[in-house]
Amino acid sequence: MNDVAVIGAGMTVFQRRLKETGKELSYLATKMALEEAGITKKDIDMVVMGSAPDAFDGIHQKGENLLDGAAGAGKPYVRVFNGGGTGVFAPIAGWWHVASGVADIALVVCEEKMGNCYPHPQTAFRHIWDPILDRPLAPNLVWLFAMEMNRYMTKYNIKKEDIARVAVKNKRNAVGHPCAQLPDEKITIEDVLNSEMMAWPVQRLDISPPSDGASALIFCSKDKVRQFTDDPVWVDGVGWNIDSTMWTNRDLSFPRYVANAARMAYKMAGIHNPRKEIDFAEPYDPFDYKELHHMEGLLLCNKGEAPILTREGVTERDGNMPMCPSGGLMGVGNPIAATMGQKICELYWQLAGKAGKRQIPTDPQVGVGQAWGDIMQMATVAVLRRG
Amino acid sequence: MAKKIEGSPGYAPGTRVSTKDIVQKKISYSWWEPEVQYSWSMGQAMSKFIMGLKDGKILGRTCIKCDRVLVPPRMFCEYCYGPTDNWIELKDTGSIETYSISYLDSDARRIKDPILIGVISIDGASPQHGFMHYFGEMTKEEIHIGMKVKAVWKAPKDREGAITDIKYFKPLKGGGKK
Ligand SMILES: [Zn+2]
Repeated sequence: MNDVAVIGAGMTVFQRRLKETGKELSYLATKMALEEAGITKKDIDMVVMGSAPDAFDGIHQKGENLLDGAAGAGKPYVRVFNGGGTGVFAPIAGWWHVASGVADIALVVCEEKMGNCYPHPQTAFRHIWDPILDRPLAPNLVWLFAMEMNRYMTKYNIKKEDIARVAVKNKRNAVGHPCAQLPDEKITIEDVLNSEMMAWPVQRLDISPPSDGASALIFCSKDKVRQFTDDPVWVDGVGWNIDSTMWTNRDLSFPRYVANAARMAYKMAGIHNPRKEIDFAEPYDPFDYKELHHMEGLLLCNKGEAPILTREGVTERDGNMPMCPSGGLMGVGNPIAATMGQKICELYWQLAGKAGKRQIPTDPQVGVGQAWGDIMQMATVAVLRRG
Repeated sequence: MAKKIEGSPGYAPGTRVSTKDIVQKKISYSWWEPEVQYSWSMGQAMSKFIMGLKDGKILGRTCIKCDRVLVPPRMFCEYCYGPTDNWIELKDTGSIETYSISYLDSDARRIKDPILIGVISIDGASPQHGFMHYFGEMTKEEIHIGMKVKAVWKAPKDREGAITDIKYFKPLKGGGKK
């Protein structure tokens, strides 16, 4: 396999609704990544598009719809998709385009426009439930996460206030992010605990918002990377794994598929002790409890230990193991696939020392990013390292 | 050579709009309401399971090789990847694996009387084998993980071959204490 480096990234503002079409957002994010890499469309060999369910945009097979905006016209182009896992799976697909040697430079573009869907994107989520067993019960997708959160809290005796700390941390971290939808410097644990009850134990401020947005990333082979930078950031390992769709037959207290994906990525990256060898992480945080759940799934701490480490400040930007220094989905927003901007672009910006106000002060060398999707079953993981 | 950027992303392209902008037609938009219907054949395993519910029975399927009793039943085992072996009738009791108290309907509209919803592990099936359903005849203060519950069925004449032939699960007598 060829070594693969990141040479540019971009992202649009994330917001409940943006005026630009998905195609235009793809163009804006891509243009930014091209500028940062110092290249143009003609330098791109192949393009990967990541976008989650068509039902949000209301445009079927939206890969084609987005194509021209993603610099894909006239090139090898493919859309990949695994629900919420897409934001890290699309860069994994971009990585293998270059690692396999079929491309020297691959562009990855992720887009989501959830604001198109009325009365609420939750209405489109109705269509992902099993039509025989689940849909006759008129479910809301938040139920799934509420049930998983409850199982996790009950099994490890976790208090809601220790989960609320994640929402507070991430919304505060997002203050330094120019694209952020919900940065909040002044938010407190009490604000989260007093927010509207949606589906116990999930309250309004436990959830990331639906958003419009796009992000882009450019990968380059080792052979060509010195043309673009003296200080590359490398993709050291990738992993993905999916558990059975029979979610009512699984113990929801631990995401074993995340652990499987993490082990795959760590093995490829030559990481034997992730707690010591990884400096920071961007675990997928569409809900505050998911950051904790995923820290454990990523084998960065023991089962049930993530809330304790969070309480002790270990996961703050200046802590020993910063989590979601970007501000995550909780603070920056959740345009599903486009969260590649927090989960992978942020790793690149942090490792390249370009994260500005969000920069981790301790000179991080290795970071792991992760996303999660389908029916609480899909994990996608990537490990990046400073050159 | 790459552009030197002090803080990335160096800017944030995109134009924020609000719902008000749309309602007041301050931005141009088009609108479409899809009309489409679907019907799904329930297949081999689910047809039998659902017809079992119509008869007031919860049916499972055994995988002898994995020593599992599968609920919901399937004709093949996803682990050993062989055919499953036998149909088996289970009790209509179980325990609450996890639950939520929902103030949201399926369109995320707010509702006043919360829905009690969760996963029931069915007695006689393998651990954590069961399905999602409603709970009733219990308060949101009483419901808890591990609570023993029993199915409340629709009257036979009202059953139609659906998961909703069970109305909800209620506390099993003597099993409702925390
Ligand atoms: Zn088996």
